[in-house]
Amino acid sequence: MSPPVLSVRNLRVEFPTRRGTLVAVDDVSFDIGPGEVLGVVGESGAGKSMTGTAVIGLLEPPGRIASGEVWLQGERIDRLPPEKMRRVRGRRIGMVFQDPLTSLNPLYQIGEQLIETIRTHTDASPAVARKRAIGLLEAAGIQGAARRIDSYPHEFSGGMRQRVVIALALAAEPDLIIADEPTTALDVSIQAQIIDLLKTLCRDRGAAIMLITHDMGVIAETADRVAVMYAGRIAEIGPVRDVVQRPQHPYTKGLMGSIPTLEMGGTRLTQIPGSMPRLTAIPTGCAFNPRCNAAFDRCRVERPDPMQTGTGAVACWLAARAADEADPANQMHPTRMAP
Amino acid sequence: MNIALPAVPSSLAEPATMSDLVQVRELSRVFDVSKPWLNRVIEREPRKLLKAVTDASFSIRRRETLALVGESGSGKSTVAKMVVGLLQPTAGDVRIDGKNIWGGEDLTLLRRRIQMIFQDPYASLNPRWRVDAIIADPIRAFGLAKDSAEIDHRVGELLQLVGLDPLDGRKYPHEFSGGQRQRICIARALSSKPEFLVCDEPTSALDVSVQAQILNLMRDLQDQFGLTYLFISHNLAVVRHMADRIGVMYLGRIVELAPTEHLFRTPQHPYTRMLLDAVPDLAMSGRPRKKVEGEIPNPIDPPKGCAFHPRCPLAFDRCKSEVPLPRARTSASFVACHAVERAELTQPAA
Repeated sequence: MSPPVLSVRNLRVEFPTRRGTLVAVDDVSFDIGPGEVLGVVGESGAGKSMTGTAVIGLLEPPGRIASGEVWLQGERIDRLPPEKMRRVRGRRIGMVFQDPLTSLNPLYQIGEQLIETIRTHTDASPAVARKRAIGLLEAAGIQGAARRIDSYPHEFSGGMRQRVVIALALAAEPDLIIADEPTTALDVSIQAQIIDLLKTLCRDRGAAIMLITHDMGVIAETADRVAVMYAGRIAEIGPVRDVVQRPQHPYTKGLMGSIPTLEMGGTRLTQIPGSMPRLTAIPTGCAFNPRCNAAFDRCRVERPDPMQTGTGAVACWLAARAADEADPANQMHPTRMAP
Repeated sequence: MNIALPAVPSSLAEPATMSDLVQVRELSRVFDVSKPWLNRVIEREPRKLLKAVTDASFSIRRRETLALVGESGSGKSTVAKMVVGLLQPTAGDVRIDGKNIWGGEDLTLLRRRIQMIFQDPYASLNPRWRVDAIIADPIRAFGLAKDSAEIDHRVGELLQLVGLDPLDGRKYPHEFSGGQRQRICIARALSSKPEFLVCDEPTSALDVSVQAQILNLMRDLQDQFGLTYLFISHNLAVVRHMADRIGVMYLGRIVELAPTEHLFRTPQHPYTRMLLDAVPDLAMSGRPRKKVEGEIPNPIDPPKGCAFHPRCPLAFDRCKSEVPLPRARTSASFVACHAVERAELTQPAA
């Protein structure tokens, strides 16, 4: 297997506040391979956007990476000085945010913004850069790109603007795209187009994608692997088919059951009682234990780390116990407690 | 000239029956989005009118959930506002239990029976009021309790009904999460003992696990109190879960209306089919999908004829010049499409 494009190791993001330190991202590790789409899914406050922001080094102070490492193609980037990090962003990591209107400068024509990006990161001449900008817009599905390149962002519709933002993210041919809720602000019929576009463009160019979204449907359509986040930690990670169809973590199971689907019709939705804990009050032990209907003593005192389960990993004592029962010699976890 | 067809006026597409609680007939709303007068004179621009809703007709039976789905700008929220009486229609009428709510009649008694739940539970609760005061307000306004002890008792009951603690009434809205706030909105809506609830995207601001809680709650309450819902959403899966019948809106018109099962099993209008194809396939069933083409046109300057024709794979000449009228298929469904009509003429439905 080829070395990963992005490798995040034990990432921890803290926010020091007057009332103590809040941990927004806690011990998160994952890899993204070349051309791979990793979906990061979770509800509001799960820490998914914070993970993305930490990777590109755009945490708003007082937020900071407290520990852990971020490697981009074998180079550690979490400790780069701001000036060097700025070169990494845009050149080697492209970004697509939720709201296409705020990601574009309303005072500049989209062509200027694209050409500026291309020329910042490559030594193309203005004419070459303009040609490439038109090519990018065409690849992003904007018809009449040569004419529309001199339009301002407000002259485009929401879907078209998101295409421009994607073109902008791809301008310097980055190795990794971080897309944070790229389709959330768009209508369903436009959403499908944008997902298709993001996927084909990255496949053609061999770029990896970290796709952050709350929408499991988008993940199922797009991602190769998926990481499910809960209260700042990865609850479960694995190939998308396994996680969607055979979820192992009780949270993932509840989440999947709570999504209305076209196939299921009018049956009652599964309910997870309660809601995601606030960062100020994360329960001890497994953060999900107060809402989990299968929690046992151990879940309330000891925090589970992700444990390998064949194709993926799941942070749940139930899975550990099941594996123990299947194979008593299995040493999946360091500390063993009486059941 | 085209072949003369037995046109069914849209008002007759659904004969009003005794069991209909809500009847909406040829409801239209036009917004004036022109620049100020002086600018128009200087720049020689004509008035700009936005037809948000055109000739929307439907009825809702008692205890039924009718959903309106559509993308942004389709006019579904405008319909909701006109049905509850928050926005005056340009034309057409809304009858609730036989009473025309825009006909100048005294509506005091009717108002109590209609309530609304809004999309954003952060914006629809007054941050300076305690929750018990928010929920008690409709009870006071309609004089539904004789003293404050009875009001307190009723507020406690309502909070319990929506899954909150009666003691939560002493708190302010900011102390609650989004899902809990939406529960408070539901409690407030129920406090006047309404029969008809208009829900405008009640769960789109919520996380999925919370959305499931609210949707389940809304269905339980409907069973318990025999409520009638007009449910507005852009999410087809949510609508499938909640509705008995679904109307699909595109650029201000209801292009198809059918019972939920029919709409999902045999969608007729090409736009409905396109919308269904666009829904992400969560079950990963590998169902075949067609690529969605094009964008929603600008509603200020919609295409001539059928507004969907530039994106429609079945469009032919007639679609470009003539607006298709809704044609009844059964007593509870209609579709407005020339292509569907033509297909039926050449191949009569069994």
